[in-house]
Amino acid sequence: MAQQIIFYILAIIISLFSIMAVTSKQIIRSATYLLFVLIATAGFYLLLGYNYLFAVQVAVYAGGVMVLFIFAILLTNRPGESHENELPVRRIAAGITAVAGLALSAHIIYWNIKKISQIVTISDISPAQLGHTMLGTGKYQYLLPFEVISILLLACIVGAIMIARKR
Amino acid sequence: MGDLMTTFFSGQVPVEAYLGVSLIMFFAGVYGFLTRRNMLMILISIELMLNAADINFTAFNRYLFPAQLEGFYFALFTIAIAACETAVAIAIIINIYRNLTSVEVGNLDQMKE
Amino acid sequence: MQYTLLILALPLLNFIVLGLVDSKWKPKVAGTIGTLVLTIVAALSYYATYEYFSFHKVNGVFEKLMPFNMEWLRFTDYLHINLGILLDPISVMMLVVVSTVSLMVHIYSLGYMKGERGFERYYAFLSLFTFSMLGLVLATNIFQMYIFWELVGVSSYLLIGFYYTKPSAVAAAKKAFIVTRFADLGFLIGILLLSYFTKTFDFEALTSGNASVFAGFTGVSFMGISVLSWAMALIFIGGAGKSAMFPLHIWLPDAMEGPTPVSALIHAATMVVAGVYLVARLFPIYDLYTPGVLHGIAYVGAFTSLFAAIIAVVQTDIKRVLAFSTISQIGFMMVALGVSKMGGEQGLGYMASMFHLFTHAMFKALLFLGAGSVIHAVHSNEMNHMGGLRKYMPITNITFLIACLAIAGIPPFSGFFSKDEILTAAFQFSPYFGALMTFTAGLTAFYMFRLYYSIFWGKEHKHQHTPHESPLVMALPLVFLALVTVFAGFIPFGELVSSDRVPFHSELDLTVASISVIVALFSITLATIFYRKESKIPSLLATKFSGLHKAASSRFYVDEVYLFITKKVIFNNVSRPIAWFDRHIIDGTMNGFASTTQWGSLKIKGVQSGQVQQYAYVFLLGTLVIAALVLFV
Repeated sequence: MAQQIIFYILAIIISLFSIMAVTSKQIIRSATYLLFVLIATAGFYLLLGYNYLFAVQVAVYAGGVMVLFIFAILLTNRPGESHENELPVRRIAAGITAVAGLALSAHIIYWNIKKISQIVTISDISPAQLGHTMLGTGKYQYLLPFEVISILLLACIVGAIMIARKR
Repeated sequence: MGDLMTTFFSGQVPVEAYLGVSLIMFFAGVYGFLTRRNMLMILISIELMLNAADINFTAFNRYLFPAQLEGFYFALFTIAIAACETAVAIAIIINIYRNLTSVEVGNLDQMKE
Repeated sequence: MQYTLLILALPLLNFIVLGLVDSKWKPKVAGTIGTLVLTIVAALSYYATYEYFSFHKVNGVFEKLMPFNMEWLRFTDYLHINLGILLDPISVMMLVVVSTVSLMVHIYSLGYMKGERGFERYYAFLSLFTFSMLGLVLATNIFQMYIFWELVGVSSYLLIGFYYTKPSAVAAAKKAFIVTRFADLGFLIGILLLSYFTKTFDFEALTSGNASVFAGFTGVSFMGISVLSWAMALIFIGGAGKSAMFPLHIWLPDAMEGPTPVSALIHAATMVVAGVYLVARLFPIYDLYTPGVLHGIAYVGAFTSLFAAIIAVVQTDIKRVLAFSTISQIGFMMVALGVSKMGGEQGLGYMASMFHLFTHAMFKALLFLGAGSVIHAVHSNEMNHMGGLRKYMPITNITFLIACLAIAGIPPFSGFFSKDEILTAAFQFSPYFGALMTFTAGLTAFYMFRLYYSIFWGKEHKHQHTPHESPLVMALPLVFLALVTVFAGFIPFGELVSSDRVPFHSELDLTVASISVIVALFSITLATIFYRKESKIPSLLATKFSGLHKAASSRFYVDEVYLFITKKVIFNNVSRPIAWFDRHIIDGTMNGFASTTQWGSLKIKGVQSGQVQQYAYVFLLGTLVIAALVLFV
C-alpha cells in the first residue's frame, strides 16, 4: 500500500512537472521542473527495484546533465529580452496532435497490456551480478555495448570541446 | 474503467500505470519539441521523451521478464547516451549563440539555401 | 607495299598538326611544312605507282593488292566495315592524280594565298581534303568509301566557305554541302540496299563477277524494276551529286566562291571526279547486272555535257566558265563509262573515261591555276575586266593556251587522245551518240577559246595598276602541269588501266580522230573570228537568239526551279507546318512539362522550410495516421 501511495505521488509529480516544464515561459524554471521530473523518475526506478539505475539517474541526469543545462541557460539567456512569442495556432496544432497521440497510445495500452500486470518480487540485483552482466561476454551480457558507450563518451568529450572552443 | 480503478488501488501497481505516466511525459516532450523556439527548451523536451522511454523499458523489464536485465541495461545505456547527446548539443548551441547571438531555431534556416 | 599507309597517314597528321598550332606558327612555316609533307606523299605515291605497274602483273593481269586491311566495325557476322588500302590500276592512277594536283596546289597557294587571313587554316583544310580524297580512292569497301566521301564533302564545304566573312561564300558552301548531302542520301540508301542483299561491303567480293554474291537479289523488285537496279541507280545518284551531273550540278558553279587553287584541286581535278571513280569502281556490277542503269548514266552524262557546254558559252565570269566546262567534261567521262562494256576492246570506254579523268585533272587544274594567276593579277573574275593580258603574263598565257588546246582536243596534247577515245567508244555505242558528243566537243573548243581570247587578247581593259606575271611559286606549278598536259597523251593508258585489268593496246581511230580535230579546229576558228579582235558578231548573235542567250546566261533557270521547289513548295507546304507543329505542339508539350514542374515546385517549396520542428510535426502526424490506420482499419 505504501508503495502504491508513493507511486501515485511520483506519478502526479511527473505528470504535472512534465507539462509545466514544457509550458513555462521562463527557461530556468523549465529546467528546474525538468529536474523534479528526473528525480521522480529516479524514484520510479527505486520502486521497481532497480537501485543501481536510481543511482545512475540521480548522478548523471540530476547531477551532470542538469548542471550542463543550467550553465547553458545562464550563458545564453540575455535578461530583459522578450522571447517565446510563438504563434497560438502552432501551439493549438501541437497540443491537439500531442493529445491525439496520447489518446491513441492510451488506447493501445488499455486494450493490450492490462492483462499481464503482475509484479514478481525478486531479490535486489547484487552489484556483483551487475558487474558480471555488464562486463561479461556471454549471452545477455553487455561488454560490447559498454565499450561502445565508453568510446562514445570519449568522442563526445572531444567533440564538445572541439565545437565549443573559441577559434 | 472501473476495472482499471480497482487495479489501481488494490494489490500492486499495474504496469499500465507506469506506462500511462511515461505516456504523459512523452507527449509533454512532444508538445514542447513542437512549440518551443529556444533550442535549450527543445533539448529539455528531448530529455523528457528519453526519460519516458527509460521508464517504459524498466517497467516492461520488471513486469514481463523479471529474470532478465535487458530493459535495465537499455535504460542504463540510454542515460549514458542522453548525457553525451546533451553535452554535444549544448556545445553546439553555445557555438551557435556565439555566432548568431541567439538560440532561436527560427534563425537557423541558412542551411536551406 | 605497307608504306602506302603513310600516304594516308601523313596528310592526316599534317592536318592535325597544322590545325592545332593554327596561328602559333608563322604562315610561311605552316605553308612550307604542308607543302613538304605533300611532297613526301607525292613521292611515295609515284613510287607506289611505279612499283605497282612494274611488279604486280601476274599472268598478264594486274593484281588487286590489299597491303592493309583491318576490321573497324562489326555489325553482324558477315557485315562489317573494314578500313584498308586497296591498290588496283584505277586507285593507283587516282593516287597519282590526287597527289600531283594537290602538291601543285600546295605550291601554288604559297604564292596565291600569301598574306591571307587564316593561311594556316587553309593549309590544314587542304591537308584534310587530301587525306580524305586519298582515303576515298584507296577504300577497300564501299562503306569506307562512303566515310571518306563524306569527309571530302566536309573539307570541300570548309574550303568553299574559306572566306567566311563573305555572305556569298557562306551561301555557296551551304549550297554545295546540302546538295551533295542530299545526293549522298541516295548513295547511302544504295549502299544499304546493296549490302543488305549481298551481305558484304567489299569491292573485292562485289566486283569479282561471282554471281552467288548477287543471288539474294533474284526476284526482288520494286515498282517493276529489280532492287539491284534501284540500288545501283541510287549509288549513281550519290556519284552524280559529287560529280555535278544534271540536275544536281547547281552547287558547282557557286562553289567557285572558294579560293581559286581550291577550285582547281577540289572542284576541277579530284573531288568532282569521285562520282566517275565510284561508277568505275562498281563498273562490273553495272555492266553485268544492270546495263539499263549504265545506259542511263550515259544519257545523263551526255545531256549534262551538252547542257553545261551551252551554258559555258555565254558565261562571263571566267571561273564559272571553267566550272561549267568541268561539268561538261565530267559528263564526257560518264558517257564513256556508260557506253563501255567489260573486257578488252569492249572496255574501251572504261579506259577512255579513266584516261580522260587523268588528263582532264591535269589540264583543268592548269586552267584553274592559270585563271587564278589572272585573277591574282587583275583582281576580278569578270572577262570584260581582262583582255590583252598576253603581253604582261607570258607564262600564264602560254600554259593557258596549252591547256585550252588540250581540252579542245588538238593533237598532240593529252586531251586529244583521251577525248578521241571517248568519242570512238561513243560511236561504237551508237552513231547518234558519237555525233552528239562530237558536237559537244566542238562547243568545248569554242567556249574555251572564247575564254582564252577574252582574257589574253581582245580589247585591253584599263587596269588600276599594270598586271604582272605571277611569282615563281605560282608559275612553277603552271609550267609543270603544262608539261604533263603536253606529254600525258603519250602514256599507253590501255596498257595500264582497263576494265578487266588486262592490258590491251588501243589504236587511234583515224576517222573519229580526224572528224573531231576538224570540228575542234572549226570551232577554234569561229572563236578566233569572234573574240580575237573586237567583233560585232557575238553581240549580234546574242540579240538574234536573245531568248536562248538569256536562258543560257541564267543557266537555264535550273537554280530558279530549285528555289521555287524548295522555297515555295517545300518550305511553305511542308516545312512551315512541321515547324509550327514542332514549335507549338512538341515544344509546347515539353514547355508545359517544364512549367508545370516549376509551378509545382514553387508551390511546394514552402514545405522545405528548414524548420526542424515543422518536419518533426509532419513526421509525427504521419506516424499517428499510420498507427491509427493499423489500429482501426
